[in-house]
Amino acid sequence: MYRMTNVPDSSSNLAAPALGGEPQQKILRAGFIPLMDASILIAAVEMGFAWREGLSIELVRDVSWANVRDRLAFRQFDMAHMLSPMPVAASLGLGSNPSPTMTPFSLGRGGNAITLSTRLFERMQAVAGLGEDASALENARALAAVLADMRDRGESPPTLGMTYPFSSHNYEFRYWLAAGGINPDRDVKMVVVPPPLTSDALEAGAIDGFCVGAPWNMVASERGVGRIVAAKQDIWPSAPEKVIGMRPEWAEANTDTVLRLIVALDAAARWCDEAANHAHLAEILAADRYIAAPVEIIRQVLAGRFSLDAKGNRRVIRNYFTFHQHGANIPQPRQALWIFSQMVRWGQTRFSQQAADAAASAFRPDLYRAALGQLGGHDGDLAPAGSEPDDVFMDGKIFDPAAIEAYVNSFAVRAEENGTLPSALET
Amino acid sequence: MLRCGMVVAMNHLDLTILVIDENAVRAAIIDEGLREAGHHRVTVVHEVHGIARLIENLKPDVIIIDIENPNRDMMEHLFQLTRSISRPIAMFVDRSDTASIEAAVDAGVSAYIVDGLRKERVKPILDMAVSRFNVFNRLQRELAEARSALEERKVIERAKGILMRMRNLSEEEAFTLLRQTAMNEKKRLADIAQSVVTAAGMLL
Repeated sequence: MYRMTNVPDSSSNLAAPALGGEPQQKILRAGFIPLMDASILIAAVEMGFAWREGLSIELVRDVSWANVRDRLAFRQFDMAHMLSPMPVAASLGLGSNPSPTMTPFSLGRGGNAITLSTRLFERMQAVAGLGEDASALENARALAAVLADMRDRGESPPTLGMTYPFSSHNYEFRYWLAAGGINPDRDVKMVVVPPPLTSDALEAGAIDGFCVGAPWNMVASERGVGRIVAAKQDIWPSAPEKVIGMRPEWAEANTDTVLRLIVALDAAARWCDEAANHAHLAEILAADRYIAAPVEIIRQVLAGRFSLDAKGNRRVIRNYFTFHQHGANIPQPRQALWIFSQMVRWGQTRFSQQAADAAASAFRPDLYRAALGQLGGHDGDLAPAGSEPDDVFMDGKIFDPAAIEAYVNSFAVRAEENGTLPSALET
Repeated sequence: MLRCGMVVAMNHLDLTILVIDENAVRAAIIDEGLREAGHHRVTVVHEVHGIARLIENLKPDVIIIDIENPNRDMMEHLFQLTRSISRPIAMFVDRSDTASIEAAVDAGVSAYIVDGLRKERVKPILDMAVSRFNVFNRLQRELAEARSALEERKVIERAKGILMRMRNLSEEEAFTLLRQTAMNEKKRLADIAQSVVTAAGMLL
């Protein structure tokens, strides 16, 4: 279990909390959902990084984000693998069981993609003359053209799946649709589908597309039931994804444990980022107790080698997963504020400065830096996003965390004042 | 006094309850429990397809859903969209009641309750759901144990047969040999029998 040889000796120069003599193992329970972005947490346990910091983490696999949220709230978990919008929603009192939640560590970037049924994609090719190497934006515009065609013919709009109302998938899917001129609340029907069921739901025709994390897009494309039309990198490369969530009062009462945990997660994140370790990581993740998916697909996904469909169209996405580099583990308040801006955009909440402050406070870079020193600097915390050449939004917008209202109002497609909502009620 | 008590009881039994459970057996057990307790406005569904429309029409006060049902996340989405359950509270009315919370999670129950419903009205329903989930869990366990007992008997029979053939033993002697070995090795009879069957499979 504790494989010294594979552990990069990078933590020795970090400001790790001192361990006096024999470390006393502290037992923590952590919930997770079977997804590849739980890699850092899983590697921290399997590769002994947590053990080295005196932590014994019991990983508990769960089936829904609502369960994860409730079990954290009810103290059955000390921490959990969570969607980055979950702590933000909790801070704003949104959802059916909001309970104070914050994150001191981000579990990396990337991993999501949007997949449409092969049937729908073929129609996009026919209607819009789409090439095999069309960009994410061209794909979105082609879908808009198909939707117009469907309306003309009196066909019912397609049903699109995502994972949770407060998820990166919901906001990224909506961002992509809206960039193509599609109103997600009026022109299509958005529903929630649990990630492991997406591929089957697509094949059965229960949904016509979905936005979900790895490896489920590739599972659908390899089976020939879907075509990947956009990756998270196409929408906003440094968009937040999953985080480690915890209760603020628990973190307060267990500061030393939290700092050790961050050190362990940092070491695990560095290990996961090394391409040389990916074969090993894939073996671990493929196990039934973790993701329970074919090891070959997991290996391909880690390498960013994408099968777009079953016909052999491929695409390599550099840094499809970033587990550590470029400050990927820093929970930046500007990311929390971007999530907040999308919540406002789609009518989940209203803008107020007080709400913005509450949203930003859910991301705690101060704890990250207290454990690891001033890695990455403060520059990214509240700086505008989308202006660096390798980190642009698909519609070319710049997000200024200091001007959220103006940003939201600048979108041509957004929720109407009183909410457009219940198209999903037509099921 | 009596009249007052009646009114409270009526109010309590007046609640509309929706049970969502993909397991038809468990759903029937819960349904029966609620009806025995005097609840008559109980609706049971086995799948979430079309659930939005149902909730819209039914306007349930309490929704009980199995905690292992991944479609809980779909319910969360629904509550974002629908105003019919104004602000449903997940799981429990009383967050300070840790014993109830633990009992429910252990049993595998999660529930949504309309905001503003008094906890005295909901607690008996949750307690009922928890105890019925536990009844179901016990049934499942007993069934699994019965199955494995049956499997074990089959393995012991096969091991006995192998020993009888290979060592020319009577049935009685073969069984005694198995039992004696199990006692000497401090193992279960079924485990020794399994080793005999496995070894025979490799040697013959």
